[in-house]
Amino acid sequence: MDVIGIFNYGVGFVIMAGIYAIFALGLNIHWGFTGLFNIGIAGFFALGAYTAALLTTQPPDPAQFEDFRFGGNWSEIGYLDLGFDLWFFLGIAAAAVVCGVIALVIGYVTLRLRDDYLAIATLGIAETVRLFFLNEKWVANGSKGLYRIPEFLGHVVSPENYDYLYLAVVLAALGVVFLAAQRAVQSPWGRVLRGIREDETAAAASGKDVFRFKLQAFILGAVIMGIGGALFAHHIRFLSPLTFDPLLATFVIWAMLMVGGSGNNRGAVLGAFVVWGIWTGTQFLPGFFADPNLRFFMIGVLIVAAILLRPGGILGETRRIARGADRE
Amino acid sequence: MNQSALNPGLRDIVRRIALGWTPAHTTIAIVVIAAAIGFLPFVKMGLVVNGVFLGAIIALGAVGLTLIYGILNFANVAHGDYMTMGAYATLFVVGSLLPRLGIESSGLGPFSFGYSLLIALPIGVAAIVILAIALEVAVYRRLRNRGVNAVVLAMASLGVAIALRGLVQMIWGGATYQYPRESRQVFQLPMDVRVPPDAIFIMVVTVVLVAGVYLVLNRTRMGKAMRATADNPDLALVSGIDTRRVVWWTWAMGAALAATAGILLAVFQAQLQPIMGWRFLIPLFAAVILGGIGNPYGALVAAFLIGVTSEVSTQWINPSYKPAVAFAMMIGMLLVRPRGIFGGGRN
Repeated sequence: MDVIGIFNYGVGFVIMAGIYAIFALGLNIHWGFTGLFNIGIAGFFALGAYTAALLTTQPPDPAQFEDFRFGGNWSEIGYLDLGFDLWFFLGIAAAAVVCGVIALVIGYVTLRLRDDYLAIATLGIAETVRLFFLNEKWVANGSKGLYRIPEFLGHVVSPENYDYLYLAVVLAALGVVFLAAQRAVQSPWGRVLRGIREDETAAAASGKDVFRFKLQAFILGAVIMGIGGALFAHHIRFLSPLTFDPLLATFVIWAMLMVGGSGNNRGAVLGAFVVWGIWTGTQFLPGFFADPNLRFFMIGVLIVAAILLRPGGILGETRRIARGADRE
Repeated sequence: MNQSALNPGLRDIVRRIALGWTPAHTTIAIVVIAAAIGFLPFVKMGLVVNGVFLGAIIALGAVGLTLIYGILNFANVAHGDYMTMGAYATLFVVGSLLPRLGIESSGLGPFSFGYSLLIALPIGVAAIVILAIALEVAVYRRLRNRGVNAVVLAMASLGVAIALRGLVQMIWGGATYQYPRESRQVFQLPMDVRVPPDAIFIMVVTVVLVAGVYLVLNRTRMGKAMRATADNPDLALVSGIDTRRVVWWTWAMGAALAATAGILLAVFQAQLQPIMGWRFLIPLFAAVILGGIGNPYGALVAAFLIGVTSEVSTQWINPSYKPAVAFAMMIGMLLVRPRGIFGGGRN
């Protein structure tokens, strides 16, 4: 590989790692700050990606795809020309809203109950979303997938340079999400979340409506995941239900957060780059070490090891307590 | 005290249902029962029978899961992958180990599997029991000693689940396997019901194991200690119960039931896939929640309810939505009666 090839590879790497970093930030709001156990990230991932894709993609010529029954009202929106790719932003906004609404429903049902009910419910929603897009071929062409998702401002730059533009888009989005997440968790609101995570009863006793705060945090995290999903759709530009298997759409993101530092937004971003680096880097190793199943195994080991040996991850959470309050 | 959250006696269950019972409940119950009976003529009996067999497999997994939930107090997300491991360990014994020892699979009555599966089953189950106890020692006990939140234990079990599935894929790859098939016989019963002989084997194994769980919980000192620990771990500890042994026994029982469920699922579906256990988590947890967390009898009833409902639903909706049906039942239950059908579960 020549220098330019390596450089281009690096650009592609940073785009994917940046998108994963957005997911890690969303998961950090759920788990890192509030202690909400979401094992169905793939559900929000898929919902965000499909929403954005369906809003922006024009229906294909029926002659081109024989059994492409994809059509109906959603796609007709794609015929409208809003100019300057406004549909891109609308798609992202819609992805965020759809994920937020689903999170509201799931959270409303389960967040009053034991902690782990949420986990089971997110698992169920992820599977239901997957089955929906797999079976309802009229929505998004089932397992054959959705093609030709447009590039944002694709007509401005030549196709071979497009990745540079999209890199800027992803990094800008990551920056915005990062600042918003930082702001949220450093506010009094974020302080309540940490209080709930540490001791729910104490938080309730100090007059905080635990259910409300948990619900808000769950929705905020899901909205961030929706944005991540939308960005992913416009990067990969092909979606099928198989894209969102639990490994790459849920487990890897957990590993990123646990390795980088749960409860620390910088850690979440760092973890995304580190774990994605290990994930993509190991495929260049010789023989046995390049086995993707070994990587699968290692992701699990990494999560368990992080919990056992370094619960704070690489960066860990910065202690936020009043000076002197830690004296016994 | 003989009765506990883990093991409510029949009278206790009846009393709990009666608590807070209003005319509205009576109306709902009558409507539900009437609807079920009214529906019966439109339902294909074959689907109901199939649902009972599926329910038996769900029951084995869910009873173990609810025991772990009740005694160790966390959601074991790796339970499905214990099932997968059990099925694959047995595949190894049937496919590689026994032939090498000179024991070839040969037919066993009308069953699709040979008698070598009967030899392999206990070996596979034992392997998973050892695995579960090893994981308890290596992972869960350390976390518990650190006094972590129950959700962190569940999180650790997610890591375990991923690692186990990765291990299965490293050894066997992502391909689909089968146990050696010796026979393809099907019993033809009236009302267009077709029963594969394997299903009868599944029912027998389930009945035997569930009866075993009942006897252990009710007739042994260990069972009594388990129930006491489920009720109040601290109190159990100070009354001199060796809670460490209780935890080991809980893992052993849960893992043995899970491994058996995995093997039976592989027999029932006539295939093994690395993801089979993970996909099975939704009906398992649905049964645990419907039955009330920590209540093995509730899980048993709920498992058959879910098995039959999701199987019968395929008459009207796409069969691949079966897990979604189980999920919908669970969400409905959480809305109406979050403590499960019989109440008494924790929430």
